[in-house]
Amino acid sequence: MAHDNPTGWRRWVYSTNHKDIGVMYLWFAFFAGLIGFGMSGLMRMELAEPGVQFLPEILGITEDHARHMFNVLTTGHGLIMVFFMVMPALIGGFGNYFVPLMIGAPDMAFPRMNNVSFWLMPPAFILLLLSTVVEGAPGMNGFGGGWTAYAPLSTVGHPGPSMDLAIFSLHVAGASSIMGAINYITTIFNMRAPGMTLHKMPLFSWSILITAFLLVLSLPVLAGAITMLLTDRNFGTTFFDPAGGGDPILYQHLFWFFGHPEVYIMILPAFGIVSHIVSTFSRKPVFGYLGMAYAMAAIGFIGFVVWAHHMYTVGLDVDTKAYFVAATMVIAVPTGVKIFSWIATMWGGSIRFEVPMLYAIAFILLFTVGGVTGVVLSNAGADISLHDTYYVVAHFHYVLSLGAVFAIFAGLYYWVGKMSGKQYPNFLAHIQFWITFIGVNLIFFPQHFLGLQGMPRRYVDYPDAFAYWNWVSTLGYKITAVGVLLFIVVMAMTLFKKKKDCADNPWGEGATTLEWTLSSPPPFHQFNELPKIK
Amino acid sequence: MNVKRLTAGIMVALTTLFGFTVSALAEERLGVPHEKGLWLREAANDQASRVVDFNELLLWIITVIAAFVFILMFYVMWRYRAKANPEPSKTSHNTLIEIIWTVVPIGVLVVIGFWSIPLLYFQDVVPKTEFAIRVTGNQWNWTYSYPDHDGIEFTAMVIPDETFKDADKRSEAEANLSTFLGKDAKLNARLLDTDYRLVVPVDTKIKVLLTATDVIHAWTVPEFGVKLDAVPGRLNQTWFEVDHVGTYYGQCSELCGKDHAFMPIAVEVVSKEDFAKWVERAKAEYADAGTTALGR
Repeated sequence: MAHDNPTGWRRWVYSTNHKDIGVMYLWFAFFAGLIGFGMSGLMRMELAEPGVQFLPEILGITEDHARHMFNVLTTGHGLIMVFFMVMPALIGGFGNYFVPLMIGAPDMAFPRMNNVSFWLMPPAFILLLLSTVVEGAPGMNGFGGGWTAYAPLSTVGHPGPSMDLAIFSLHVAGASSIMGAINYITTIFNMRAPGMTLHKMPLFSWSILITAFLLVLSLPVLAGAITMLLTDRNFGTTFFDPAGGGDPILYQHLFWFFGHPEVYIMILPAFGIVSHIVSTFSRKPVFGYLGMAYAMAAIGFIGFVVWAHHMYTVGLDVDTKAYFVAATMVIAVPTGVKIFSWIATMWGGSIRFEVPMLYAIAFILLFTVGGVTGVVLSNAGADISLHDTYYVVAHFHYVLSLGAVFAIFAGLYYWVGKMSGKQYPNFLAHIQFWITFIGVNLIFFPQHFLGLQGMPRRYVDYPDAFAYWNWVSTLGYKITAVGVLLFIVVMAMTLFKKKKDCADNPWGEGATTLEWTLSSPPPFHQFNELPKIK
Repeated sequence: MNVKRLTAGIMVALTTLFGFTVSALAEERLGVPHEKGLWLREAANDQASRVVDFNELLLWIITVIAAFVFILMFYVMWRYRAKANPEPSKTSHNTLIEIIWTVVPIGVLVVIGFWSIPLLYFQDVVPKTEFAIRVTGNQWNWTYSYPDHDGIEFTAMVIPDETFKDADKRSEAEANLSTFLGKDAKLNARLLDTDYRLVVPVDTKIKVLLTATDVIHAWTVPEFGVKLDAVPGRLNQTWFEVDHVGTYYGQCSELCGKDHAFMPIAVEVVSKEDFAKWVERAKAEYADAGTTALGR
């Protein structure tokens, strides 16, 4: 047939191939991630010392403009890392590439809609980048209200078109994810190979299935919330304007009803990847498979009823707060089950410390640190001293930068040989791991101290007493930057190899899922005959 | 008259007076963050003490949990490394341990909740207070008013960096602040000091009514154990009582625009007598003066 194996630009722009689309998502996440990382670099350089001196100097702007620009960077960093890096990498990238392979399917249920999902992302990203160069706050460019975009700062506080562009960016990215979620649910429910019951399905597929449900249920609420911002800004509605009978707190409820499931959307696929890697490099099946699958389902479900723990200081009634404290603490139980199950998987195993395994082990340890600080924050009584401080920043960066991002690195090292046919250079990859590990811990661990001492978040400048740990944190950033550069070198050395040198299964008998039965890289179309699962 | 008794009586009186003075001076606090600080700031009242104590309990619990996970992991990495264990086992189930690691965390959370929930209700239920102050957040300053004291009102703006760097400007600022407070006052830290301070009496339960005029802000003083959002169109309520005279600082805690980091909170806690004196002067200067938040 004419379009069996498309070539040239049509192969990519008109793609209906889940592996190609997965690869495009990974490249997209890589470039967006570099931009997001650069933004946080500018922020850390400014925060290295008290005073507002770095941004004015490097961008040639006044201190006044720099104060706003810092908030724009904060906002951009958050939105980019969440919507244009972590989600595309884990869900669009690894999800698309490996879910059909793992369930023994030839492709996704809706291959062309899959392509639409991907190609909506570059325009969405461009809209966001454009928003930073048009007027946001009066006389200043860009929206500086944080990724949370609370009203009224995001309505009357930013009258310029910047916020409207940011809203459109999220509309488009949200549509992309909703369509992707529909695709995953349909694929996983209907296209598993004969014999693969849901209870035999690999845990990464389980994680994507649950994530897809979270996406399809939470994103429409975000869409509603930001559309209400749009109409408040442009069409005279007053959803969030008290003068018209509205309530700024309504926005927060709507945003966080999406926002809390969103953080589980970011971490569940990471859980799936860690399960695969720990099992492979311990040469043991995952301990308590059903417990692991249903723990993820429990986390996903409970994640929908805890949103107001982000709102403990808005003036909620005390009984409401007490409920949210209790519900939030409940999530610690299934999460603990997973941590212990991973360790139990390794127990009695025969462990090889390949680079993917190093990242997976680091994930387990550092996600635990982030998780326990989350338990601290979940208590509204304690949260009163910690809300909106750097303790919160430290918490979520531990679970995201040292959790989700480490899982992305782990997945890349685990699967790059499969996807490209070329394996990574081992020694350099080990170095890259250690430099990154040291760097990110140095960025974020001291931030716990800053938060406990009361340094608020989203601050361009701070009282002199906070200088020391801020300086240490910036040093950590510089080390991490070396790690990121080294990562680029390692990946370049991998992908630019002349010959494909990766076996179908470079990892041995511990790698038991279906993708390892295929060649490296897999054929353009696989499973024309469905495998039979025993 | 018995001279000895009189002398003894005077000695006792003087010693007591001296003791009170010294202890009052010794209790004068400065509520600021500390260089290289690692923990929460020192509590200046019961509310904050409970928060600090609860955080200490939590720190112990989470350290034990995290240490447990780390130790287990390091043990497993060492004991079951491929060289030491060439043949992996096939065990993938153990119902007893799965029950244990579900039930024990539940137990830990219940223990936490046992301390957590009462603390929440203690903070949130406003007791009978002596008077109210009204705090209004604006871009980018705080307006304080005393509705129970003839409407004294003034707006506190951050003292700019230039003032800290220039000795003359600094002296001028300190002189103005001293005039306002009615006593000698010094500037303590850039980005924390403001031109006016909220003045409140020690050992007095005070109600705080909090709102904002433009976007959401948040008012906090860590040493008081107080943090609450200032939301336009909404009147939020909390309370505090401070046990030690002194100067305490907080910073706006909800992103509110370009000068979010430049609208700090400075509270001067004075003795009840000093407060009464200050009120008399302030009524003359600032009551119903028309300096509303919108006007400044």
